Amino acid sequence: MKRTTKTRLTRGVMYAIFVAAVAALVLAADWPAIQKAFFNVEIARELFPDVVVIAAKNTIIYTAIAFAGGMVLGLVLALMKLSPVAPYRWVATAYIEFFRGLPALLVIFTFAFAVPIAFQWRPPGGSAGAGLLALIIVSAAYIAETIRAGIQAVPKGQVEAAHSLGMPAGWTMVSVVLPQAFRIVIPPLTNELVVLIKDTSLLFIAGMALSQQELTTFARDGVSSVGNSTPLTIAALMYLAVTLPLTRLVAYMERRGARGR
Amino acid sequence: MTSTPAYEHAIDVQQLHKSFGDNEVLKGIDFHVDDGEVVCVIGPSGSGKSTLLRCVNQLEVPTKGRVLVEGVDMSDPETDLNDVRSRIGMVFQSFNLFPHLTVTANLTLAQRRVKKRGKAEAEKCALKNLARVGLEDKADAYPAHLSGGQQQRVAIARALSMDPDLMLFDEPTSALDPELVGDVLAVMKSLASEGMTMMVVTHEMGFAREVGDKLVFMDEGVIMEEGDPAEVLSNPQHARTQEFLSKVL
Repeated sequence: MKRTTKTRLTRGVMYAIFVAAVAALVLAADWPAIQKAFFNVEIARELFPDVVVIAAKNTIIYTAIAFAGGMVLGLVLALMKLSPVAPYRWVATAYIEFFRGLPALLVIFTFAFAVPIAFQWRPPGGSAGAGLLALIIVSAAYIAETIRAGIQAVPKGQVEAAHSLGMPAGWTMVSVVLPQAFRIVIPPLTNELVVLIKDTSLLFIAGMALSQQELTTFARDGVSSVGNSTPLTIAALMYLAVTLPLTRLVAYMERRGARGR
Repeated sequence: MTSTPAYEHAIDVQQLHKSFGDNEVLKGIDFHVDDGEVVCVIGPSGSGKSTLLRCVNQLEVPTKGRVLVEGVDMSDPETDLNDVRSRIGMVFQSFNLFPHLTVTANLTLAQRRVKKRGKAEAEKCALKNLARVGLEDKADAYPAHLSGGQQQRVAIARALSMDPDLMLFDEPTSALDPELVGDVLAVMKSLASEGMTMMVVTHEMGFAREVGDKLVFMDEGVIMEEGDPAEVLSNPQHARTQEFLSKVL
């Protein structure tokens, strides 16, 4: 048998398996049940406008707060990790390893319930605020590592050039290194942002009043009150409407970055 | 330049040693550059010539020995290193322009941060120095849009914008395409003719012969031979110098 014939035959078999699998799925699926449970137009219609003006809006606000806070804290940690002062490096390393090693859900649960009870502390913004604080703390650990990698990716010659001009270390970092480091880490930072959008769903365990609810909490409450899963479908579509353009943007930026600076 | 300076040499290196781990790169160097003098340093790669130059402005910290710049001890903890560095222009083999800034911003950044000049004054000085290297039309360009030779001339203009008393050149033409070398050397030549004090680590023997006041040949961390460039190049005394020059000339 010629090699080309053999290749063509293997291809043919692979297509056949694919078609068979799809056909089996289509035939086996209970389409009316799926439509009734997940795509009920009446129920979907009733979710609007709250799903947008409350839930989606809160998801975006929580993401923005957690990302902004995570960036500030992450930058501080990255600089500490690169500090010539050893104790700063130890603290930063310990922090980063600790919070990257824990499930975000556990940290949120601790801040929303355990910490307020232990210290008689009323978090600003209620348990949602406490949960957000936990998200900031966790995301800072990941963002710190990303920024540190970016700073170290800036060529050594840049720092030497600044020093040779008499620029002190602080100004060199602010005017020469960080602007270049941030350009390098825009794609991975956007990935962190996408992860964070999804992680705001973990705030559901904090237990929130309607006005505070983000998409997942809103959808789950919707499911239990109408006894139908369509709210989950709508929430999923809302997430995708935000995350898909962002992941496409990252792919675009990485392609552009790969073409050379 | 008219008044007598309060120091003996512009650059005065005394018994300089530098090791990287177990590897001793400089083994007791005595070396000096006088005001208005152009000193070229040649030698095979790994001879320590770049390390010597980088010790002058303390990009490398010497293991032992002293470096005096205009009489200021560079390893004295009391020395304001950034102040002395701002008076020493340095040009790198790999240009090291700031890629995120325009040419003008490259030239004004340190003027404003270190010399505390106002925006207008810094930009005026930047334009003057761009004209000096023949690139006033590239003021708004980004480094990535310039050729290697143009980038290196911008780098020279950046160093000049700090009004340095002396200039260090670390193989300034080694990363350039051959046809671009001439432009950079021409700028360096005109600097030398204006009386700039220069220490130049180079492989350009023609430049050393024509522009240099003194030529230093280094090998394996020591100065093997030094003297008048034409003399050293045409009549090397040391066997290592003869061997090196027979390979590069």
